Amino acid sequence: MEKKITVAIAGNPNSGKTSIFNMLTGARQHVGNYPGVTVEKKEGFGKYKGYKITFVDLPGTYSLTAYSIEELVARNFIIDTRPDVVVDIVDASNIERNLYLATQLIEMNAPLVLAFNMSDIAEQRGLTFDIEQLSELLGTAIVRTVGNKAKGKEQLLEAIIKTAEQGRERRGPKINYGTEIEEELARIEQIVKEGEKELTGKYPARWVAVKLLEQDSEITSKIKDKFIIETVGTSIKHLKNIFRDEPEIVIADRRYGFISGACQETIKSTVELRHSTSDLVDSIVINRILGLPIFLLLMFLTFVLTFKLGKYPMEALELFFNRLSITVAGFFQQGSQSWLKSLLVDGVISGVGGVVVFLPNILLLFLAIAFLEDTGYMARAAFVMDRLMHKIGLHGKSFIPMLIGFGCSLPAIMATRIIENRRNRLTTILVLPLFSCGARLTIYALFIPAFFAEKWQGPMLWLIYLIGIALAFISAKILRLTIFRGETIPFVMELPPYRVPTMKSLAIHMWQRGWLFLRKAGTIILAISIILWAAMSFPKPAEKPLEDVNSERAQQLRLESSIIGRVGKAIEPALRPLGFDWKIGTALIGATAAKEVFVSQLSIIYAVGDSEKSRHTLREKLQANYTPLTAFCVMLFCLISTPCIATVVITRQETASWLWALFQFAALTAMAYIITFVVYQLGSLFF
Amino acid sequence: MEFSQRPLSGVKAGEKVTLVYIDAGHGLRGRLTAMGLVPGTILTVIKNDRPGPFVINVKNTKVMLGRGMAQKIIVSDTAVQND
Repeated sequence: MEKKITVAIAGNPNSGKTSIFNMLTGARQHVGNYPGVTVEKKEGFGKYKGYKITFVDLPGTYSLTAYSIEELVARNFIIDTRPDVVVDIVDASNIERNLYLATQLIEMNAPLVLAFNMSDIAEQRGLTFDIEQLSELLGTAIVRTVGNKAKGKEQLLEAIIKTAEQGRERRGPKINYGTEIEEELARIEQIVKEGEKELTGKYPARWVAVKLLEQDSEITSKIKDKFIIETVGTSIKHLKNIFRDEPEIVIADRRYGFISGACQETIKSTVELRHSTSDLVDSIVINRILGLPIFLLLMFLTFVLTFKLGKYPMEALELFFNRLSITVAGFFQQGSQSWLKSLLVDGVISGVGGVVVFLPNILLLFLAIAFLEDTGYMARAAFVMDRLMHKIGLHGKSFIPMLIGFGCSLPAIMATRIIENRRNRLTTILVLPLFSCGARLTIYALFIPAFFAEKWQGPMLWLIYLIGIALAFISAKILRLTIFRGETIPFVMELPPYRVPTMKSLAIHMWQRGWLFLRKAGTIILAISIILWAAMSFPKPAEKPLEDVNSERAQQLRLESSIIGRVGKAIEPALRPLGFDWKIGTALIGATAAKEVFVSQLSIIYAVGDSEKSRHTLREKLQANYTPLTAFCVMLFCLISTPCIATVVITRQETASWLWALFQFAALTAMAYIITFVVYQLGSLFF
Repeated sequence: MEFSQRPLSGVKAGEKVTLVYIDAGHGLRGRLTAMGLVPGTILTVIKNDRPGPFVINVKNTKVMLGRGMAQKIIVSDTAVQND
């Protein structure tokens, strides 16, 4: 019979954790979120010697404190899920700092295996390890690996199985914190054992004692016994007096002491360490003069790749969905009024198809992002943009999704995964729809030539985009001062050495994002398309139109009597102060499905049909019905308001909460209403 | 021997200094500690462009710090090292 085990993969950011995870699991991975938090959870599966192994990729962390969600998630996973083995990926060329996390895992009494990754680079740098002795000193198995070359897989799996078979009752070495701290620890450990039986059933008592001295907020909040709290308080005061510093810092210092003690005997360095190539590249890409142009050029290339190169497969997909709807329509009798046909063709195929056509863009974009990340450039981009982004309370990395947002909000929101900090990430997601996406361009392209003289057309478009950017920056600043206020996670970031990415890792990265996107298109977006279709098709007009059922007049009548048309009319009084009539209202509701729908809805309402030629006639009709001020207000409203349904769904997926998605929807719509109201009312005084 | 203490933000690129203490709350100190910035650690300043972030080398890793943070890290001159 197969035995099942769970293996958690821990490690510092940039330790090559992902490459080891990919090496162990191949492409059989599942991406999701840890329950209730915006932290990505990757799981993969493997088999070895009769064991069925589930690998869980923990968030990359430097430590296991309660200061950041990522660290808490990693720590709680180890404690609550009790994986059979924890593999800590250690960057072999940077042992001392990487082992800091290992000391904490040892203290948690986790069944640990250390993978000394990138050991080839370490050896090139003249580092030699006495693995056997170090393994003895740390009380864990150590395996040399080279993740991006898939070296050491067998040995690592072997060590994992062996550790899993040994079970939990193994003990790593005890890190000695020195007489003064040890005395306090012994006292606290004793009373915790007596007073908090429930807690020590789950956590090792010594670990709880260490955490209490470190003033770990999560563990401290779990202590119910007043006496323990008081004793810990006295101990901390006592230790502060002795060391003239927080016990937390002294404890960290002793951990590093333990590490350097263990390394002294076992690691020899024959050559002085240098990062020469990385330093050379850095002197160019983060140069104060060259840095920004280089970043902008790379971003430009990313865009060209995403949208220009993506155009061809996108057109092919569009063609495919067109053919598909013709084929499906062919199953029904000519001129059939079957609702099933309409559901399949106008609802399902055009709804889901309209979103799936973006798949090539998503794949290409994530290929480019994976490349920039895997090479190590992304950290430099954050460095270059930090000065600007700092002013609005975000940090450099937020700039990348914002740029992508000009293309389409969907990949942009997914790209916020590169931002580790939750508050920054949520702020970025919430303001992203304000970066005017490509679909909204169709609306501007309809209105601007109809209402503005040729020399003003360019500046007008530019103005619309600028308003979006300005509103996004202002909103981000406001969000950071209000709901996302509080501890700003300090901006510290590692600049990893440059590396050549592997094709495999790029491909896995790209495929994961693409799959996530397709899954949503097949489920929620499908459901919403059907609902919107129904709202646009029912109820049917009462009297049967005499003309041909497919005539423009008939389409117009159908839309007028549909739920959307009725709602459009019902909300007309509310839209009046913005200068909008029910026709614009109806088109706006349709635009929530996708922004392009706005134009096709207006075409139906004005009964001009939906083709390039008719766009011209539509412009004439619009000119006859609206003023330039109204036109400007329509564009303004479309720019700010109501992210499309796909955006709402992706926001829900990425924030793991409907609350944020609905908040974004409501807040943007309210903002659009207020701003357009003010502009229209003030504008009416002058024009 | 007496060393003058000053914030890291005032250290020029290329200089090597020793960390004395971090004048900040628990969260920040915890984070920096985990990245290897503990008292006694030797830091090399790689980049210090004003304004804008700061790059240092600590335990063989390049780390970028916000300027505000560099002001909270107090360092002293390093005794002559032979590494």
